[in-house]
Amino acid sequence: MNNLIEIVSIGGAVVAVSFGAVMPAFSEGRAIAAAMEAIARQPEAAGTLSRTLFVGLAMIETMAIYCLVLALLLLYANPFTG
Amino acid sequence: MDTSPLAPDILFAIGPVPISRAVVTTWAIMAAMTAFLLAAFRLNAPGLQAGLEIVVTAIAEQLRQVVGRDPWPFVPLLGSLFLFLVCANLTAVVPGAAPPTGHIETPAALALIVFLSVHVYGVRARGAGRYLKHYLEPNPMLLPLNVLSELTRTFSLMIRLFGNMMSHEFVIAIVVLLAGLLVPIPFLLLGILIGLIQAYIFTVLATVYIVAAVGAVEA
Repeated sequence: MNNLIEIVSIGGAVVAVSFGAVMPAFSEGRAIAAAMEAIARQPEAAGTLSRTLFVGLAMIETMAIYCLVLALLLLYANPFTG
Repeated sequence: MDTSPLAPDILFAIGPVPISRAVVTTWAIMAAMTAFLLAAFRLNAPGLQAGLEIVVTAIAEQLRQVVGRDPWPFVPLLGSLFLFLVCANLTAVVPGAAPPTGHIETPAALALIVFLSVHVYGVRARGAGRYLKHYLEPNPMLLPLNVLSELTRTFSLMIRLFGNMMSHEFVIAIVVLLAGLLVPIPFLLLGILIGLIQAYIFTVLATVYIVAAVGAVEA
């Protein structure tokens, strides 16, 4: 078990990506559902709504991207494996 | 798959300065855009000029909807940011070229430009004293949080663009590794969409930050 650090790092990367994909996907789904409902109710506000939706989705998606970058750091630039 | 997506891709070195692929691509994009504009000016074609004016006024109109006032002070910076990002992100479809935004240096430089121009626009619109005072609002206790949010939002601007472009490049590399012919094409098409959306989001967020710094003074 002299490559324990690599094994744990890969496990950590998998956990980071999986949880970092589940929660943002869930919240993006909720945001899109709310925006759809609002557009259905007020189609004339679709421009403003979709612009705000895009910015909000980008904010949410940043969390997933953070997890991905962390996972890649663990895999490729791990500070403990030299 | 053993090359790290985080390491810079060094092509050659001028003296002690290593030149990465992202820098070469960035300069090529800038040269191509400048050459196109110079040629358009020299050609003096009314149709081409009308087309370019449509692009500029469309950007200004989009900015007006976000800003809610005269957008023209912001159009030179944000418009060129958007056009550069569109060109940079769409180099993913050019064979042999990689988008410079997929490496950390280019998004870092762009986020730094946005970070500095936020302060420049804020000081110019409100004056240094009133601009610095808005960090003490609504309560002087919140000064560390205001400064921290200033730094983290710049960081997240950088990581968002970098992460999206890099991860997409990475996904395409994996798909090419698994199935070579024709299978990556839908992913490349998705890449066009992702590139355009990320350029739009980067510009809109930069606009929102600058407008928040300028504040609701002469609305």
